[in-house]
Amino acid sequence: MSDFDDLYQDLIMDHYRHPQGKADLSHVPDEKAMENPTCGDSIKLEVLRDEGGRIAEVRHDGHGCAISTASASLMTEYTRGLSPDEARAAAERFIVALRGEGRLSELDAMGDLAALRGVAGLPVRVKCATLAWHALLRELGEKAS
Amino acid sequence: MGGIALMTDVPVATKGVELDDRIASLRSRFPVLSREINGHPLAYLDNAATSQKPLEVIEAMDAFYLSRNANIHRSLHTLGEEATADWEGARAKVARFIGARRTEEVVFTRGTTESINLVASSWGDAFIKEGDVILLTLMEHHSNIVPWQLAAARRGARLAYIPLEADGGIDLERVESAWDPRTRIVCATHMSNVLGTINDIARLSEIAHAHGALLLADAAQSAPHMGLDVGALGCDFLAFSGHKMYAPMGIGVLWGRESLLEAMPPYMGGGDMIRSVGLERSTYNDLPWKFEAGTPDVGGAVGLAAAIDFIEGIGWDYIGARENELGRKTLAVLEAVPGLLVHGKARDRGAVFSFSFADIHPHDIAQYLDREGIAVRAGHHCAQPLMRHLKVPATTRASLAFWNTEDEILRLGAALEGARRFYL
Repeated sequence: MSDFDDLYQDLIMDHYRHPQGKADLSHVPDEKAMENPTCGDSIKLEVLRDEGGRIAEVRHDGHGCAISTASASLMTEYTRGLSPDEARAAAERFIVALRGEGRLSELDAMGDLAALRGVAGLPVRVKCATLAWHALLRELGEKAS
Repeated sequence: MGGIALMTDVPVATKGVELDDRIASLRSRFPVLSREINGHPLAYLDNAATSQKPLEVIEAMDAFYLSRNANIHRSLHTLGEEATADWEGARAKVARFIGARRTEEVVFTRGTTESINLVASSWGDAFIKEGDVILLTLMEHHSNIVPWQLAAARRGARLAYIPLEADGGIDLERVESAWDPRTRIVCATHMSNVLGTINDIARLSEIAHAHGALLLADAAQSAPHMGLDVGALGCDFLAFSGHKMYAPMGIGVLWGRESLLEAMPPYMGGGDMIRSVGLERSTYNDLPWKFEAGTPDVGGAVGLAAAIDFIEGIGWDYIGARENELGRKTLAVLEAVPGLLVHGKARDRGAVFSFSFADIHPHDIAQYLDREGIAVRAGHHCAQPLMRHLKVPATTRASLAFWNTEDEILRLGAALEGARRFYL
């Protein structure tokens, strides 16, 4: 499989075309958007919680490439029902694995997120795939402190 | 993934279009062009980001490091003398290349960014006053914006921007009629790295001078494509990089009028830029060394001198004619791709083309093109004010050099149609 086919798998393209958690977040101020300095893309997040404080849904708005859009959608799917601490740990695990600072096999234990492992070999694209997760860390960090 | 296959004497075979002997022979000087990427011959259309390096440049640098490497201006031995002669010889070659009246007016830097920072810091801090205006164009690269923002903040000055016309050019009559008498310097790109627009630096210089202002020209993009003559351009400062004109990364040039450079304080302090150092203060070296603190990139300067020989061996007439022809064909191919919007249609332009599909992100386009072995740039091109003006977050950009082929352009068109089918 070529790098390209590895990257743009059907699962990724499905999430790109039909992103979960995509919402109109125009009420969130622009200053709260997380920016990707290499391409000028930005993403806004809103974390909805259930009564027990667990994550009901991470909503996202902005526009990005197929990889960043699919990653945000997969994040919404993966974090549903997690506690903030669990979601924070997952985001850190995901970012470290994609950056090549940890073991890539960690991703295999993260369900559909493993479909993004092709990004790990492409340092320029790692920023696309981790943008939403950095935004999530910032959002959760602010709430915790 | 394709491995590196170096075939230095064998030109890349292309489908369909026969290469003329001259192009084939010029291409053979760039070993990297024989690489295969994802099963396709590399089509390198990212020349505006950095040029590929010909054997002439690589071999000249090798020869320096293999037989003459020494520190300059201090090592009193044969190698030291030779290295110093290489460094100063490269300076003399650059001076002649850009038509400088005096060799002392050529300062070596790490690149265009450092050259502009040098002027913004040194000249800016000495001569920009509170309330002054620094006039830029809306098509500037961040390297010709941010140093001026920093200078303006230090001096209490203000930035103003020359707006863009619908074709991606600037209207010199509007510049004249909207002139603010507090303007101290105009900083303009000679050729836009996004739109390809070539600005009339000579006319802009006249307008600036008529109002007592200076003009700095950013020639990073134009340097590999047209002969630069500081006399004809009429500018006061000219900045460019080696790496976009077939020389290595890490060496660049600032040319400035002697009287201006003389009046400017040093930029960085260190070795080589001093005459004598006391405990409290120092006296500074003559031009151009006053601005060259520390051990410089001598190997890079040797590469730059070789790149100038390489360009002059080919000749501007040939380079200009060839790039015009390739540019015309590229524009025709891009305009035939359904749904593709080409940004910038200035009459006077170089072979740099930015384009967008309404619903496909530039990253995805570039990744698809890479699958086909085609190298382009996707992003904001360090020109976010221009991106906002174009109302896009980013674009995809194809930029050509004289050695590109018609076949590579046709492959670009076909791959863009493939990308459209894949993503939509």
